Amino acid sequence: MVKVNNVKNRNESTSAAVLVTPSVFLLIAFLLVPMIYTVYFSVFRYQIMRPQDMTFINIENYIKLFQDKDFWQAFKNTIYFTVVVVPVQTALALGLALLVAAKTRGVAFFRTMYFAPQLTSMVVISILWTILYNSNPSTGLINSLLKSLGMESINFLSNKKTAMNSIIFMSAWQGAGYQMMIFIAGLQAIPSSQYEAASVDGATAFQKLVYITLPGLKSTIKYVVMITMIQAMKLFTQPYVMTKGGPQNSTKTLVYYIYTEGFQEGNFGYACSAAAVFFIIVVTMSLVMKRLTMPKD
Amino acid sequence: MSSRTSSIERQKIISKFLFYLGNLIIGIIFVSPLLWMVSASLKPEAEIFANMNSIRTFIPTHASINNYIEVFTRLNILNVLKNTFCYIALILVGDLFLNSLCGYALAKFDFKGKGLILNLVIALMVLPMEAIMLPLYIEMSQLGWVNTLQALVIPFIPKCFSIYMFRQFFSDIPDELIEAAYIDGSGHIRTFFSIVVPISKTVYATVFILDFVAHWNDFMWPFLVMTGEEKRTIQLAVQVFFGTQPVHYSAIMAALVISAVPMILMFIFMQKYYVEGIASSGIKG
Repeated sequence: MVKVNNVKNRNESTSAAVLVTPSVFLLIAFLLVPMIYTVYFSVFRYQIMRPQDMTFINIENYIKLFQDKDFWQAFKNTIYFTVVVVPVQTALALGLALLVAAKTRGVAFFRTMYFAPQLTSMVVISILWTILYNSNPSTGLINSLLKSLGMESINFLSNKKTAMNSIIFMSAWQGAGYQMMIFIAGLQAIPSSQYEAASVDGATAFQKLVYITLPGLKSTIKYVVMITMIQAMKLFTQPYVMTKGGPQNSTKTLVYYIYTEGFQEGNFGYACSAAAVFFIIVVTMSLVMKRLTMPKD
Repeated sequence: MSSRTSSIERQKIISKFLFYLGNLIIGIIFVSPLLWMVSASLKPEAEIFANMNSIRTFIPTHASINNYIEVFTRLNILNVLKNTFCYIALILVGDLFLNSLCGYALAKFDFKGKGLILNLVIALMVLPMEAIMLPLYIEMSQLGWVNTLQALVIPFIPKCFSIYMFRQFFSDIPDELIEAAYIDGSGHIRTFFSIVVPISKTVYATVFILDFVAHWNDFMWPFLVMTGEEKRTIQLAVQVFFGTQPVHYSAIMAALVISAVPMILMFIFMQKYYVEGIASSGIKG
């Protein structure tokens, strides 16, 4: 019996190695190694045009980074986007989920409607909304609507006060359908007996929402907030397509900053220090959120 | 008695009616930007901005497919679609094949270093692509892969999330089922393909669709490594088309619609797995 086990175990180890090696090799080569190199390059002066002049400069890149006004602007913009888009999008998604959670006939059609923006990519949506946001009421759909309501037209994307908010509004609209699907699954997990009991006690719809639905969705809400937050921190496509980070850097984000410094300016070492800081922020956020969303029992 | 029943009935009908009406109104407002996009894609250029302040802006009165023809000739979209499908197909083959084997080993085998690998997979799951894009680009250029299919495909075959999903799914398969196959003299690989894979269609479909959607929509990485015109992917091509003179809004709208078609088809045919994938990722946390 022992012998059989040994044979089986050795057999298992070699087989497991064969099964695991390709994936693990690729993981190390294309995720772990680049990650280590982000940190490694960040302590070097490394310009893409002069790779032979790579010199160790300790934390000089970080000092320069923390003194750069543009970096702090990008940092602020990213945090602003995240802090606003997360509650807006989560609330919108929850509202939509409540509208279509019931298992009635035809509800799938409405769910598809709310999910529809998810079927187009961020690039597509950004191009479409750049046209919709056009400041001229005769070519921009939204401004023409404002005009027919007797309101002033708004320079959505060309005014630094409104540009980021315009991107936030669009992003929340595009993303809400995804979170809605998660909320629907969460809502269906709440036992209907709770609602029936509340009805017997004469609870109003609002009371049911506050005392049954929201507590029942607690872990779903936490999860949705977490993924939306991490997604929001990576904002790049919308400002790249719509505003090129402008006007006056008002929509420049951290990832956009890394891209500009690394790929446009060619300061690879410096850009890596920004990437390392970005990485630390995102990982800290995920870990804190994970700790918070962990069930207590 | 009967009047009371009918009043309850009536209340039910009214609330049903409000449910449909409310959803219809909110739904139409919600998708109106997309309706405008489709309508504009069917209009001649001169008409797109002609009736902005009336409902007619949503109705293509002189609908034609000329804009779509322009997209096919000016953008060479067939080539773009071919590139995109091709790169995604290669990622999918690699992902579904290699990561499911890895997930299987992590779920069902005992071996040295298993805990370490599992921890590595979970730790790398939070790693944002944006934090490693600079060295990854250098890696691509040192391998001579910039502007080649390899740069789009190979870095995206290893996926921690896929490995994790496969592992979770395979862990729930009863050991007896697998041991029965061994007793019948079947080896590990054969057991995997003849017993495990056929009962795991759900997880394969879920990983398939999440992968497809992620890469169909991906802009940043193709934008960084695909500088040549020949091998552009769909999002890149659409973005470049938007910035290329002469700007024909009608043709742009047609291009936007075309780029959404595969996603719509995917949603129609694989909705169950797509929604399940989204929802299950939520429940697992």
